[in-house]
Amino acid sequence: MNINSIKRRTLLGAGLAGASMLAMPTVLRAQDRSLKVGVYGGYFKDSFDKNIFPEFTKATGIAVESVAEPTGEAWLVQLEQAARAGQAPADVSMMSQVAMLKGQATELWTPIDMAKIKNASNLLDRFVNKYPDGRVAGVGAVSWYITLVTNTNVYKEAPTSWAAFWDPANADKLGLLALVSNSFLLEVTAKTFMGGTNALDTEEGILKTFEKLAEVKPNVRLWYRDEAQFEQALKSGEIPMGQYYHDVTGLAAADGHPVRSTFPKEGGIQDSGCWALSRASQKAEEAHIFIDYMCQPSIQATLSRKVGTSPTVKRESTDLTDKEFSAVSSDIEPIVPRYDLYQTKSDWLNQKWTELIVG
Amino acid sequence: MRREPPQTLGDYSPLLFPAAMLTIFFVVPFGTMIAVSFFQRQQGGFYTPAFVYDNYARFLSAFFGGVLGFSLMLAIAVAICCVVLALPFTYLLTRMARSVQVVWLVALLSVLSLSEVIIGFAWSTLFSRTAGITNILVALGLMSEAKALTPSFAAVLTGMVYQAFPYTVLVLFPALVRLDPTLTEAARTLGASPLKAFFTVVVPALRNTITATLIMVFIFALGSYLLPQLLGRPQHWTLSVLITDQAIYQSNMPFAAAMAVFLVLVTLGLVALTVIAGRKGEAA
Repeated sequence: MNINSIKRRTLLGAGLAGASMLAMPTVLRAQDRSLKVGVYGGYFKDSFDKNIFPEFTKATGIAVESVAEPTGEAWLVQLEQAARAGQAPADVSMMSQVAMLKGQATELWTPIDMAKIKNASNLLDRFVNKYPDGRVAGVGAVSWYITLVTNTNVYKEAPTSWAAFWDPANADKLGLLALVSNSFLLEVTAKTFMGGTNALDTEEGILKTFEKLAEVKPNVRLWYRDEAQFEQALKSGEIPMGQYYHDVTGLAAADGHPVRSTFPKEGGIQDSGCWALSRASQKAEEAHIFIDYMCQPSIQATLSRKVGTSPTVKRESTDLTDKEFSAVSSDIEPIVPRYDLYQTKSDWLNQKWTELIVG
Repeated sequence: MRREPPQTLGDYSPLLFPAAMLTIFFVVPFGTMIAVSFFQRQQGGFYTPAFVYDNYARFLSAFFGGVLGFSLMLAIAVAICCVVLALPFTYLLTRMARSVQVVWLVALLSVLSLSEVIIGFAWSTLFSRTAGITNILVALGLMSEAKALTPSFAAVLTGMVYQAFPYTVLVLFPALVRLDPTLTEAARTLGASPLKAFFTVVVPALRNTITATLIMVFIFALGSYLLPQLLGRPQHWTLSVLITDQAIYQSNMPFAAAMAVFLVLVTLGLVALTVIAGRKGEAA
């Protein structure tokens, strides 16, 4: 009898609360500030949930609801479709550079008011993503490297150059990313064999690079879309070499798996994620507070220590030691992806790429 | 049980619910897809409503023709393998004791509860060099060293047949249970061996069921996009994989929609041909 009456009372209460929530949304919002933040699902999100978001809530009183976003451009498509319907599955999302540029094309990102980002002075310029007219579309969240990874049981010596991918001795041993816009293998080929990514300025140059890249095909066992698929195979030695994320590989090595990440002499591939605000979001103010908070050098240092990402603020502003910094970065000049190509020539590149690997 | 044709409008009313569901969940989305396939692609962005044929023009190339051809070939191969394996299996199953049948059917149904991802990862482990079945062969002295059996066409085919096999059995099962056992008994009495009776009596009697099963497995296999990625090389990727790439990773909805519409049309065409061929065969 007791249980029944309690149930009924709670239900009634819940109903009343629901009705009042519908009636007075503004009041509630003022009392309980919250923000939905999209970060890459899995390891990344877990780290943020554990090390970053609780501190942010403590400091600002804004509750964070983290949303697991898929890697690549899948999340961009979902955000755009939702924004068309006036919905924001996440207010602020961490977006890759290619996705940032594609979102710019449809004005998906609410411009960030840099006057409200007091910690912006620490940011490195190349991590601030701007619309062609100068409005800020996104602010650097984290940066990361894609490097040459190997299984230490199979390769006793670490390879020193990306050219190892082309070595006939490595036939059927590589795992590479399956998409032109996330593997950045054109840039790697250009930097390793053509003297730099400027070789990609013209279509002839790109075609020549594709030709050189085609030579790598017999060595590739797996073209992966799904990171877990390659990570597992790398750890077991099933696929002992490939390209992968420096941060995650370092963590796997720290857990005792026989893997290593090497910055080749041509440099690791440096990519970065921006915090971007969907135009459908109603939480612009909270979003600015969040972005400002994330730009603090101390938070960036925490990210480097806990997540293994490279800071988007000037190194001097952080308290990272040399050892800590070199664990997440390298002094070798990085290969910076030609993001412009993935906007102006995306369909052509995609077609040529698909023909290259499928054909 | 008497069957009467429906007399009044009210007799049709049980049809209303399925018809509404079909409209909401199939006709409307499919219509949207056809509309989007004619939209204008904005490179580096999304799309704008328009009426252009560009998306279909891009598809009509030797490259995509090859991929479409491979996808159809793979689906046909899966359908044939499944039916060839499932028909004798189901036939023998229907002749077993009730309790044995139940155990087999429950086991098959439990395979259905596995997702494509689990099936894909399980087979890729079984076919791997480091942990796969070749290690057992090495231990038995049948092979000199373990090797990887994936990625390969055989691995893709195995994975897909494994996934479609329970459906095939479940579709064939009712027809085989209903099959009059006196037919085979008559054949046996007239001197046919069990094998001959199976091929000359059981198979022809089930011709329509077999055709229907082939078509069902074919269509089921055509939509597969995960197993070819997990178990095959890029040349074993089906058109569905490329559609996913365009829709999810390239945000090129119009082109993805055009490819999907094309795939549906080709599928319907093939099914129609099969049905027509079946009717002609019956008339002859």
